[in-house]
Amino acid sequence: MTESQLILEESLRGGQTWSRVVRRGQTLRLTDVEGGAALAALFYNAEEPSERYNMPDTLKAQQIARLTAGFVLYSDMGRVLCSVTQDSVGWHDTITGHGTATHARAKFGEGSYQKLRNDWHRNSRDNFLVELGKYDLGKRDIVANLNFFVKVAVDEHGSLSFVPGHSKPGGFVELRAEMNTLIVLSNTPHPLDPSPTYAPKPIALTLRTGAPAGQNDPCRLSRPENARGFTLTESYFAGRG
Amino acid sequence: MALLESKLDPARAVFDQVVPAGDGFTHVVKRGQILRIVDLEGNQAADTLFYDAHAPENRYSAVDTVREQGNIYLTTGTKLMSSEGDVLMTIVADTCGRHDTLGGACAAESNQVRYALDKKYMHACRDTFLLTAACCTKDLSKKDITANVNFFMNVPVTPEGKLTFEDGVSGPGRYVEMRADRDVRVLISNCPQLNNPCNGYNPTPVRVLIWEVNHDG
Repeated sequence: MTESQLILEESLRGGQTWSRVVRRGQTLRLTDVEGGAALAALFYNAEEPSERYNMPDTLKAQQIARLTAGFVLYSDMGRVLCSVTQDSVGWHDTITGHGTATHARAKFGEGSYQKLRNDWHRNSRDNFLVELGKYDLGKRDIVANLNFFVKVAVDEHGSLSFVPGHSKPGGFVELRAEMNTLIVLSNTPHPLDPSPTYAPKPIALTLRTGAPAGQNDPCRLSRPENARGFTLTESYFAGRG
Repeated sequence: MALLESKLDPARAVFDQVVPAGDGFTHVVKRGQILRIVDLEGNQAADTLFYDAHAPENRYSAVDTVREQGNIYLTTGTKLMSSEGDVLMTIVADTCGRHDTLGGACAAESNQVRYALDKKYMHACRDTFLLTAACCTKDLSKKDITANVNFFMNVPVTPEGKLTFEDGVSGPGRYVEMRADRDVRVLISNCPQLNNPCNGYNPTPVRVLIWEVNHDG
């Protein structure tokens, strides 16, 4: 196997958006530099963006209500967009969505650009509309997202509670693209975070070359559903040379 | 589980239609009207989506709904929230007790993943949603088919983060009733799934009724 090569390293400030088409086989590591980060994420097949991350299909295929290493992100077409290959955090949320300007105003008060310049209060709904807009995507393309570094616990009655301090300084998660995947990120506070201060944390991004899941890959072997998901994904790329 | 019966009389409903298993249904429920979905024979999943009738990109959002009420299960008192933070519907009566919104709809492709590659031929909710959207609406298509409500379906989540499809908590004649808080298009796929217990392995019809509460309340 050829050595993985660094493609790029970037840091994402609090409030910032990011997007890129991560090619099949490339890996993207996300690091919560200071701890306590919340990074909202959406995923699309870059070749046909109507195919996108599907929260229910991801959960029910793997009988999970969270994401961590060994699990994969399914599209609505039965294919694997990305695998979660490494994770030091243990639980990433995908059932509580993202915040809006209304949430931010209610919790943090007015945080206008006029007053705060580039430390103004951003929210993931608006961030997604901006970043998706660059690909001519919009409101109808926003679906249930992932929240990296966030844990919202579910008790036996179904009640939700945000877990403060869930992600520690240096916590990381690594994704491997199994399709050419448009990844869209928004780095703003999670709407259930009880902290009254607008203080989104920096994220470090590392993109490296690599190869898609091999035959003995742990994500493929973790359950028979995933073996079939990878078969369908490989079938999609078959015959492309 | 908060069981609450309704006082509304089916004989006075302004709309009353049975949706056979495996069929689609769509209708605009006007603001203030009451919509009831009845699980006629029991253990039937009614996969349901909601849209602002005048601005369909403002649509039901499962994650906004569970986050804003702080609970993953839907029952009496649940406000069905839109992606824009608006209340589309409010559940006002429920004799089932709890409904799912994390399990989504079945699709030919997800059935291949979940059960076997040769299950692609089987009828699935996503097909019903696509066909009903294409045939019966002017403005809905694939992008608008997002995470839905599964009325009468039981999808428990454990504190360890596991999620499973369990046998139904519903039974013959149980129903859920909701008030439209604006003009809302309702899109139902009466689930044809035969591979798991969500329909008790026997898909059956549901009945949809609508009342004008001003005349009936």
